[in-house]
This record gives sequence, structure tokens and C-alpha cells, in this order.
Amino acid sequence: MLLHQNRKGLSTARQGYLYLAPFVLLFFAFGLFPLIYSAVISLSDARLQNPSGGEFVGLENYTALFADQFFWNALKNTVTLGFMAIGPQLVIALVVANLLNYRLKGQLFWRIAIIVPYATSVAAATLIFSQLYSENFGLVNGFLTTLGLPAVNWQSGTFASQVAIASIVTWRWVGYNALLYLAAMQAISPEQYEAAELDGASKFRQFLSITIPEIRGTIVFTVILSTIGGMQLFIEPLLYEGGPTGMSGGLSRQYQTLALYMYQQGWANNRLGYGSAIAFTTLVLILVVLAAGFLLVRLGRALSDANIRRARTQASLVASHPEPARMELA
Amino acid sequence: MTITTGAPATATDAQAVAAKRRRRLASGRDAGPLVYLSLSVIVLVSIFPLYYILVTATRTNAEMNTRNPPLTPGSNLIGNIASAMEQANIPLALFNSAWVSALVALGAVLTSTMAGFALSHLGMKHEGTWLGAVMGTMMVPLQLGVIPLFIFMAAVNLVGNPMSVVLPYLTAAFGVFFMRQYLAQAMPKSLLEAARVDGASTRRIFWRIVLPIASPGMAVLAMLTFMQAWNEFFWPIIALNPSNPTVQVAISQLGQGYVHDQSVIMAGIFVCTMPVIIAFILLGKRITSGIVEGAVK
Repeated sequence: MLLHQNRKGLSTARQGYLYLAPFVLLFFAFGLFPLIYSAVISLSDARLQNPSGGEFVGLENYTALFADQFFWNALKNTVTLGFMAIGPQLVIALVVANLLNYRLKGQLFWRIAIIVPYATSVAAATLIFSQLYSENFGLVNGFLTTLGLPAVNWQSGTFASQVAIASIVTWRWVGYNALLYLAAMQAISPEQYEAAELDGASKFRQFLSITIPEIRGTIVFTVILSTIGGMQLFIEPLLYEGGPTGMSGGLSRQYQTLALYMYQQGWANNRLGYGSAIAFTTLVLILVVLAAGFLLVRLGRALSDANIRRARTQASLVASHPEPARMELA
Repeated sequence: MTITTGAPATATDAQAVAAKRRRRLASGRDAGPLVYLSLSVIVLVSIFPLYYILVTATRTNAEMNTRNPPLTPGSNLIGNIASAMEQANIPLALFNSAWVSALVALGAVLTSTMAGFALSHLGMKHEGTWLGAVMGTMMVPLQLGVIPLFIFMAAVNLVGNPMSVVLPYLTAAFGVFFMRQYLAQAMPKSLLEAARVDGASTRRIFWRIVLPIASPGMAVLAMLTFMQAWNEFFWPIIALNPSNPTVQVAISQLGQGYVHDQSVIMAGIFVCTMPVIIAFILLGKRITSGIVEGAVK
């Protein structure tokens, strides 16, 4: 009996690792290890013709990178495009989720109709939108001129082209994020809304004071994933104008992102070492942005906790003249 | 206080009304016309670009290149598809994408189910830490490792071979999390214990009990993974060459020429994109509920 138990105990403990192993090993081999190894390659002058035979050049790629105006241009574009794509995307998703959270006739239809863009490949989406935004024959400009507004140069105008590209990202991801928010919203207890309703809070007020704080965890999660996605924007700028200018992100590099610049340096200019330096720098930047985000979330939480404590003290001060609503809040 | 007309006459009625009210609250507020109107506008925006693929793919380039491009489908689909086939090997691309995506879905679902089983039922030490680490891998931007990955594929002679696209996608952190949630909920611990008492080995339990119970969840995950693999672009365009493409690589080729024939590009997109979109719509119920269930609440 003892022997039996011993054997079984050992085997389950070990078997946990055994069943986890395929994921861990494959992820390490094809995900994490290449990412770490890009730091090593970034210290060499590896070229496309002889990818593994680069010579060690120390920090040369990095010093060149920091003096490279196209790198700074790509970094600036990545940040502005990221903000333009992520901000509106998540705000619209929140609004859509709030709408989907009503009791709807044909609920399934609305959900599917909103998530379908997510099933479209980025390449397909970009090529459709580049046609819709075409300067002379595009529907968007056609619509604007019909309204008596001036046509916009959606391809070479710096701001306009970035707006156009951000709109592609937004179009594809709103539905997905809305479904994530919807899932979180459905876990909120209806009593909270009922209480707010009794206190005379408007629907908008309820949305701001109950819905948003309750799904804060999901919002943080989507911000993290969209930030990582935003830092890697690649296909949209590559295919937006298409043809040979694709890799430079527009004629004047007005929307060349870091990932696109890495691709151009690594594969068009054969400089894999330099491309790795761009990749590794991007990775470090993502980690810095995420760390800053975590600190902000913590700070925000600490502040709101302090506010709650203050409110509680105030509530206990007025407790000698109790008001039911205030007591409930405390 | 006297009971006025219209108010519940008996205690049971009052209870029924209260229950109805609770149900109404629990399932959300009823949507008014404004909600439907707003949703309709949003749906129109989300569907229109897809409809426009059909419009462009069925017209000629000349018809599209006018001041007021048409808004309704034309009759040139077959001709455009034929031209697209001349520019890129679309049948081969469809074939490659089909088997690559199927292998990726199969592999990712298997590794996810195994890991999900380990993290939900095998009582591992530091289970929470492992799960956290798996979730943390979602924050690692895999695309930035493409250069070493390319060097590795070149070393093992897989550049240009669609297998190079299969290997990096055999794991999915989202899938592990999804299957763990699914199994924790769908498979009671007592079932596992009963099987153990009967002397079943873990391997036997996995194949005979876990897999059958997990299969609805695995199906949803497989659909999502297949779709993502089908739509994957960044790594395939680096690892593959135009002579042996997946559909996304083929699509990008259509747009590479100096002369843009939009109708031909859209015909290519139509052929390569519609199968997945149609399947997605048909399986929409399971997919949307899958995304909602897998969401971090």
C-alpha cells in the first residue's frame, strides 16, 4: 500500500511537468530563445547571404542605430500610430460592449456582425482600405466631396496617412475587444446598477462609476495586448501603398514603423545584425512601456484606495447623523 | 394600507413579479430604438469593407478607377480570378495554407490541452506560478525574434518550406489558459479520483477521459487557431518564397507589381479570404461564446 501510494504520488508530480513540457519546450525553442538570441546577433555584422557567419562587432550596430535619423523617425511613427490605433479602438470597443450588454433581439447576429472583421486577414483588410482611401477614385474622398468637403490626401499626407492606417487596425480589433469587455460586463452583479438607479445616477454616470471600475482588469489586459501589437505594426504600413515603396512606409517614410524598418534593414539591405539591433531595442522599449504601465496602474490603485479610506473616515465622522445612502457607500 | 387595483393581489403574484424583475435585471436592460440604431451603424461600418471586396472583385479595373466607383457587384469575377491565378499560384497557396493551418491547429490544441490538464488536475507544485508564466508569454512579442528564427530555419534547410511556418505556431498561451479554464470547469476532480482508484494511469486518463470531455472546447480552440494561422503574415512572408506560398504571401504578391489592377487583387483576396470568413460566420455561435468564455474576467 505504501509502495503503491509512493509510486502514484511521484508519478503525478512528475507527470504534471511531462504534460506541460511540450508547450514549454516548443515555446522556448521557437519563441523565447530566438528573441533572446537576437541580442547576440545584434552584436554581429550577420548578413542575409551568410546568416550565421557574422563577425562580432560589439556595440557598433547600436551606436549606428542611435545616430540613424530613420530609426528615430520609425520610433516616432510607431508611437504616434500606436496611440492613434489603440486609444480610439478601446474606447469604441467599450461603447460597443455596453450596447451589446443590453438585452437584444437577435443577440447572436449582432455579436457575429461585430466580430467578423477579426476573421479578415490583415493583408486583405489593408488592401481593401487602401482602395477605399485612394486619393482620386476612393469611396472615402468621393463621400467627402459629395458633402462639399475637400478631398484628403490619404496616402502622402503624414497625418492623414497615419489616421488611415490606424483606422485599419481599429476596424479589425474593435469587435474582438468588445467581446472581451462584454464578457467582463456580464459578470457585474445587477444589484450595483439597481442601487445606483435608486440614488438617481444617470446611465452615463453608471457606466463611468460602475462598469469601467468593475472591468478594470480586462481593460488593463487589452491595453497590454494592444500595446504589444501596436509596437509591432508591420503589415498595414507595408501593404498600404503597396509596390516597391511599401518597405519604406510611404514615399517620405511618413508611416514607417520599427518593425518595418527592421524588415527593410534585415531583408532588403541584407543587414541582419543591424535589423536585430532594431528588434532588440524594440523589445526593450516594449518592456519599458509595460513596466511604466504597471507602475501607473499601481499608482492609480493606491490613489483610489487612499480616496476610499478618506471617504470612509468622512463617513464615520458623519455617522452620528446617519444617512442611509452614504452608509451603504461606506 | 389597502391594496389598490393593479397591484399584485396575492403573495404568489407579488413573488412572481419580483422574480420577473430580478430576471430582467440579471439579463440586462431592454434595448431601445437608439441602441439598435447605434448598433446598426457600427455593423454597417464593420461589414461594408467585406462587401466591397465582392464589389471590386466582380468589376473591371476601369470601372473601379472612376470618380464615382460602383457600389454594386458586377459580372467580371471569373475573369479577375483567372488573372489573379496568372500572377500568383493561388491553388498551391490555398493547398499550403490549408495543411499548414490544420497542422498548426492540431498541434496547438494538443499542446494546450496537455498543459491545461497539467495545470488544472495534476496538482502540480506552484501551479499558480506556472500559469502566470504561461500567461506572461502572451506578453512576449514573438515577431521580434524572426531574425534568429530565420537563421535557424536556414540552418536546418527549411527556408521556403511551409513546415517552417508550422513549427513556431505549435504553442499558444491563450490556448493553454483557455483549455485550463475549460477543464477546470467541465471535468470534476471526483472523476479523476474515481479513475485513479480504478487503477488507470495518467496517460490512460488523458486519452480516455480528458480528451472526450475536452473535445467541445478543443473544437472552438481549433477553429480560432486555424483562422489565426490562415491569416498569419509576418513570419510566412519572411520564411517562404513566392514559388511556394501560403495565401497571405500570395495576396501580398498580387499587390507588388508596378501596375495595380485593384480588381485582380480583390479577386485574389476574395478567393483566399472568403472560405475563412464564411466558416467563421457559420460557426459564429461557438466562436463568439468561445472568445467570451476564454476572456479574462
